[in-house]
Amino acid sequence: MVALTPVSRTAPSFYVPVVATAGAVAGLFVGTAQGSSLLGVVIGALAMAAVAFVLTQVVKAEKPGRWALLALLAAVGFFMGGLPAGLIGAAFGWFFGWFSFWLYESRYRQHLVPYLTPGQVLWHYAFRVICGAILVFLITPIIVVMPLSFNAQNFFTFTPEMLRFDPAGYSLKHYEDFFTNADWQGALANSIKIAPAATLLSVTFGTLAAIGLSQPHVPFRRAIMAILISPMIVPLIISAAGMYFFYSRIGLQGTYLGVVLAHAALGIPFVIITVTATLVGFDNSLTRAAANMGANPVTTFFRVQMPLILPGVISGGLFAFITSFDEVVVVLFVGSAGQKTLPWQMFTGLREQISPTILAVATILVIVSIALLTVVELLRRRSERLRGMSPA
Amino acid sequence: MTDNTAAGPDQFDGAASGRPAPKTETADSGPMLAADGRPLKASLNRALRRQKLRAMMLIAPLLIFVLVTFIAPIADMLFRSVENQIVSETLPRTTTELATWDGDAGEIPPPVVFEALYKDIFIAQERKLHTRLGSRLNYELTGVSSLFRKSGRNVDDMGEVYQDQFEDLNAFWEDGENWNRMMATPDWLDDITAWSEDREGSQPPFEMREEVAAVLPETAATFQTFADFVQFEDEDNLANEDPWAIVYSALYEDLQSGADVASLSGPGATELQEAAAAVAGFESVDYTAAFHDVDEDWHDIEVWQTIQTYSPDFTSGYFLNAVDMKKSPDGPEMRPENEQLHIMLFMRTLFMSLVITGSCILLGYPVAWILANLPARTANLLMILVLLPFWTSLLVRTSAWKVMLQQQGVVNDTLVWLGIVADDSRLALINNQTGTIIAMTHILLPFMILPLYSVMKTIPPSYLRAAKSLGATNWTAFWRVYFPQSVPGIGAGSILVFILSIGYYITPEIVGGTTGTFISNRIAYHISSSLNWGLAAALGAILLAVVLGLYWAYDKIVGIDNVKLGG
Amino acid sequence: MKLTKTLLATTALTVAAGMVSAETEMADEMTIVSWGGAYSNSQQQAYHNPYMEMTGVNIINDESSAEAVAKLRAMNEAGNITWDVVDVTAADSIRLCDEGLAMEIDFDEDLAAAPDGTSASDDFGDTIINDCAIPLIVFSTTFGYRTDMVGDTPPTTVCDVFDTEAYPGKRSLEKRPIGNMEWALLCDGVAKDEIYDVLETPEGQEQALAKLDTIKDDVIWWSAGADTPQLLADGEVVMGSTYNGRLFSVIEEQNQPVEMLWDGQMFDLDVFIIPAGLPEDRKARALDYVRFASDTQRLADQAKYISYGPARASSAPLVSTHAELGIDMAPHMPTDPANATNVFNFNYEFWADYRDDIDAKFQAWLAQ
Repeated sequence: MVALTPVSRTAPSFYVPVVATAGAVAGLFVGTAQGSSLLGVVIGALAMAAVAFVLTQVVKAEKPGRWALLALLAAVGFFMGGLPAGLIGAAFGWFFGWFSFWLYESRYRQHLVPYLTPGQVLWHYAFRVICGAILVFLITPIIVVMPLSFNAQNFFTFTPEMLRFDPAGYSLKHYEDFFTNADWQGALANSIKIAPAATLLSVTFGTLAAIGLSQPHVPFRRAIMAILISPMIVPLIISAAGMYFFYSRIGLQGTYLGVVLAHAALGIPFVIITVTATLVGFDNSLTRAAANMGANPVTTFFRVQMPLILPGVISGGLFAFITSFDEVVVVLFVGSAGQKTLPWQMFTGLREQISPTILAVATILVIVSIALLTVVELLRRRSERLRGMSPA
Repeated sequence: MTDNTAAGPDQFDGAASGRPAPKTETADSGPMLAADGRPLKASLNRALRRQKLRAMMLIAPLLIFVLVTFIAPIADMLFRSVENQIVSETLPRTTTELATWDGDAGEIPPPVVFEALYKDIFIAQERKLHTRLGSRLNYELTGVSSLFRKSGRNVDDMGEVYQDQFEDLNAFWEDGENWNRMMATPDWLDDITAWSEDREGSQPPFEMREEVAAVLPETAATFQTFADFVQFEDEDNLANEDPWAIVYSALYEDLQSGADVASLSGPGATELQEAAAAVAGFESVDYTAAFHDVDEDWHDIEVWQTIQTYSPDFTSGYFLNAVDMKKSPDGPEMRPENEQLHIMLFMRTLFMSLVITGSCILLGYPVAWILANLPARTANLLMILVLLPFWTSLLVRTSAWKVMLQQQGVVNDTLVWLGIVADDSRLALINNQTGTIIAMTHILLPFMILPLYSVMKTIPPSYLRAAKSLGATNWTAFWRVYFPQSVPGIGAGSILVFILSIGYYITPEIVGGTTGTFISNRIAYHISSSLNWGLAAALGAILLAVVLGLYWAYDKIVGIDNVKLGG
Repeated sequence: MKLTKTLLATTALTVAAGMVSAETEMADEMTIVSWGGAYSNSQQQAYHNPYMEMTGVNIINDESSAEAVAKLRAMNEAGNITWDVVDVTAADSIRLCDEGLAMEIDFDEDLAAAPDGTSASDDFGDTIINDCAIPLIVFSTTFGYRTDMVGDTPPTTVCDVFDTEAYPGKRSLEKRPIGNMEWALLCDGVAKDEIYDVLETPEGQEQALAKLDTIKDDVIWWSAGADTPQLLADGEVVMGSTYNGRLFSVIEEQNQPVEMLWDGQMFDLDVFIIPAGLPEDRKARALDYVRFASDTQRLADQAKYISYGPARASSAPLVSTHAELGIDMAPHMPTDPANATNVFNFNYEFWADYRDDIDAKFQAWLAQ
C-alpha cells in the first residue's frame, strides 16, 4: 500500500456535507426505529456535520477524537435502547470518526494514480461498494442461518425475543438435538462412511484417467472427455431416476455399494477437471529424466509425478467429497433408509418436521467448510511454490 | 449421447497429429532405419501405438466405470419413453381382434372384441394388472383409469351366468377336482396327489390331456392359463382350486360351436355330452351390453380408438405428449388448450434460465473484475466469500432464502421497517418466479464468477492503461479493449450457469410455488406422484438433448479442458 | 446398562424364538416406512421401541410414505423389495392392494383379538377397507387459522377459506385435488351427500376448479405436512389445511396463536400394508410386527404422543393423557363429538377410482 499521490487536506465545504449525507442515511435508520424517519434524517445530518467539523477543526488530534466519538455514540445508544443499541452506536461512532478523517486527510486519493479526475475517484469507490454489496448478497444466507440455529423455538423465524437480544430467545437445544438424536447421528455416520468411499473411488479412477487423457496421443479424446464429464452436465433428476430403475434391476438399489458408486460417478468430473488442469502445467521432461536415471514407471509416478500433481488431486478429491456430502437427489432415489445421509435427513427435516436442528447442522458444516477451504488455499500456495521450483 | 461420441474420431486420429518424422522419410531413397534395424516409420508407429495403448489402459477403468454406473442407467431410463408393451401384454386378445376394426366408421367394435375384452380383463384382474393398464391409458384419455377399475370389479359377475347354468345342470361342474380329472393327464393327477400329501419340492406343473385339448381348444387354453396362474403366480395347490368363471364361458363357447364331445372318453365324458345337449337352451351373455351396463364409456368410440392407437409395443405417444400433442386416428394433433402444459414449461425453464444467467453475468462481472485486479492476498480472502456459499449445503441456502424472502421474512420486514413498503402491501418475493430467480442466481453465481475470474486473470492490466494513454475514455477503454478479451469468460460462465439452471429441481420446488417451477419439477412429479414414467423419460430425453446441445456448444467455444474450479 | 439391555434382548429373543420355533425363522432386521415427524415419533414410542425391546429386532425407519406407491411399483418391477411394513393412507392402500403390490392378510388369523375376545375384524369394524390394509389411526385433514389475523370474527365454517373479503391474506392448501375439490364444491352450494356424484362428471370437476380459481392467487400450495404449521407460525398464511395432529403440535406444544377449525374436516385412515413378494423370513417378521403393533394397547398408546384416534373400538377407552404435556387427549381427537359436529364423509374409494383422472386435470389447472 504505497502512496501514489501526494495529498493535501480538503476543505470543510467538501467533507462536512459528505459526512452529513452519510449521517442522514444513518439517521433514517435510527429515526425509523424511534418512530419518525424525517426527524431522524434531519438530526442525523446536522449531528454528523457538527461531528465532522468539531473533530477536524476543533479537536484535531485524530486518535483521542475518534475514541471519544465512539464512546459518546455508544453511550447515547445505550441510553436510548440498551445494550444492542449501544453496540450499534459504537459501530456508528467508529465509522463516522474514520470517515471524517479519511475525507479530511484525503486518504482516499493516496493509493490511486494521480491523474484520476474526481469523477473517476468517486466511481472507483462506488464500484467497490457495489462489489461489496454483491459479496454481502453472496454471504447473507449463511449469516442468516447462523443466528437462527440458536432459536429457542422450533421454527425458522426470528422471534421478537431474538430481535431484542433477549437471552431467553436463544438456546443451544438444536445443537444438543443434533448430537444426541439417533437419526442425526446415524445420518452423520452414513455420510462419513459414504463420502470418503465415493471420494476414494473417484480420485483413484479419476487421477489415472486424467493422466491417460493428458498423454499426447489419445484416440477419441473429445468423446471420452464428454462421457467422463457427463455426470456434471446431465440434470440430476435424470441421473437419479435412471440410476434408480437400473440399480433396482441389478440389486444395487438400497445398498451402500449402490450409493457409493452413484456418488463416485457424480464426483468424477470434478477430479478429471482439476487434475487435467494441474497436468497442463506439468513438465513431462521430469518423468523422462527420472526414467533416464533408472526409475521404473511406478517409482516415477509416486516419487516424481504424484507429489507435483498432488494439490490438484486433493482439491479434486475435496470437490468429490463435498459433492457426495451435499448430494440429496440421487441418494433419495438410490439409497434406502439404511443409507440415509445428512442431506437426506435435512431434506426430510424440511419436509416433515420443522426443526432448526437443520440450521444447527448447517452452521457446523459451514465451519467445516471454512476449514476445508483454508486447506485448499494452503495447498494452492504450496502448489505454486512447487511449480515455481520446477523448471518450467 | 450420440452426437458427442460422433464429434471426435476423425479429428483426433493420433497418427495425424505431431511427429514430423514420417514425412521426411519419403524423400530419401531407402527407408530410414532405427537403431534396432527396423524401418524408422514402423518403429515410430509402434511407439505411437504403444503410447496410445498405455493412455487407453489408464483411461479404460474409469471409462468402463462411468459407462456402467452412469451412462447405462440413463440409456435404460430413456428407453422407457418409447416402451409400450403393457397394452398388448394385458389385453392380448382384445388388441388382436381390434386390429381390423375401423374406428372412423363411427361404429363400436363388433361383439367378438367385447368377448375378448371380457377374457382379457378377467385374467388381468386376477393378476391385478388391469388398474395399471387403466393408469397407463389414462395418460392418454382421462377417465380410462376409473373405467378399468370399475370393469375389473364387475367382470366376475358377467361370467357367472354360464357358471351358474352349468352348475345348475349338474353338480359335477361345481367341483374343481372334477375339472382336474377331466382336463389333466392321469400321470399328473397321481403326481399332484402325492405332492399334496408331503409337499416335498415344487408343485408338479399341470399337464393337459391332449384329446381334450383337441376337442375343446378354447376351454383347454383358458384352463391352462388358470392352472399356470394358480400354480406359479398365486403358488396355491391346484388340486384344491375351483376354476374361474371364465373357464365355464370358454366351455360354453366350445360346446356352442359344436365340439365333437362324443369322441371323448374318460372322466367327465358323460357330463360333457349332457352339457353339449343342454347349451342350446342356455341363457347367453351379451358382452357388448354387459360392458355398457358396467360403464357406458365402453360404448364411447374414443376409448376404443385409444386402445387401438396404443396397441403397438413401441409408441411415440410419450414424446408427443411431452410436446403437448397426442396421437389420434388421423395422426398427431395438438391437445386441447387446457391440457397444454409442457411447451409452456419448457419455455418458462429456458426463459428463467436466461434471466438467471443474465443476473449472474450482471452480478458476477464486477466481482470477478475486482478479484482479478486486487492484490493476491486480499483477492484470496474475498475468494473465500465466493466459495463459502458454494460449499454450503444447497438445502440450507435454499431454506435461508425462504426465511429471508417470505412475506414476514427478513427482507420484507426491513423494507416495512424503513417505511419503503407499506405493511399491508408486502412484496411477494417467494413462491413465484422472483423467488426462484433470486435464490438460483445466488446459488449459481459462483459458477459464473470462477470462470470469469480465471479469464480475467490472464488479461494484462497494461492494455487498459495503454488504451487510456492513447486517449480513450474510461468507458471506451473498457468496452473496446477489456470487455472483448473477457468475452470467453462470459461465454464459459454463461453456458455453465445455463446448463446447471435448466436442470435444477430442489430450489424451484422449495421457493418456486406454482409459477416458478421448472420442467425438472414436472419430471420429478411424474416419477414419484403420477407414476407416468414414460412421460418423465420423454421429458427427460428432450431436456437432455437441450443440455447436450449446450454442452457441445460449450466444448466448441471454450473447450471443456478450460473449466477451472476454485482458481 | 448396555449389558443388561443385551441380556434382556437375548432373553426376549430366546423366548420369542421358542414361541415360534415351529414356524419359519424370522428376519432380525426390518425396514418400516412411515411419514416422519411427530407421527413417526409416536410410532417409534408406541410400537417400535417396545417391539425392539421385546424381540431384539433392529428396526430401520424410512420416511418415504409420500412416495410409497411409486417406490413399491419400482421395487416390484425390479423384483427387489427392500421394505417390510409400509404406512400409507386409505386411498393409497386401495391402490396398492388393487395392483397386487400389497399382501392380502387374514384379519382374524393374523391380527390380535381385543382383550375381551372380540375378533380383530369386529374390533376394527368399519375401518377395514380392503384385504390388505391394517388400520392404525383415524386422522383428519382440517383447517387451522391465526387467531391474531382474523379480527374479531374468527372463521366458523370451512367456506370462510373461500371468502377472501372477510379474511384477506394467503391460505395454504395441499398441492393435490383430494379434499380441495370436495371443499370447493361444498362451498359452491353442492349438497354434502351429492358431492361425489357431481365430482364424478367432467362438468363437476370443472365446477370445482372454477371455484378454486377464485382463490388461486391467494393460495400457497403445500406438499409436505410440515409446511402449513411453519406457514402459520410465520404468519405467512391466515389459514391453512393440514393434518389435525400437526395443528395440535403447533397449538399445544409450540404455543402458537393458532386455532382449529374443525368444520368440514375429513377423516382418513393411516394403515399398515405389507409389500407382496417378501421372502418367507421377512414376511414372518413383518406379520409378527403388525400383530404386535396393531393390538389394542399399542394403538391406545400411540394417542399419548399424537392426537389421532385409534382405529380399534377397544382402544378408545384406553386413550389417556399426553405423554409430556399431561393434558387429556380425548378432546383433541378428531372423532371427539364436540369436534365432529360437521364432518365431511371422505370417500377414499372414489379417490382410488378417480385419482388419476382428476389429478391430471388438477395439475394442468395448477400449472396454468
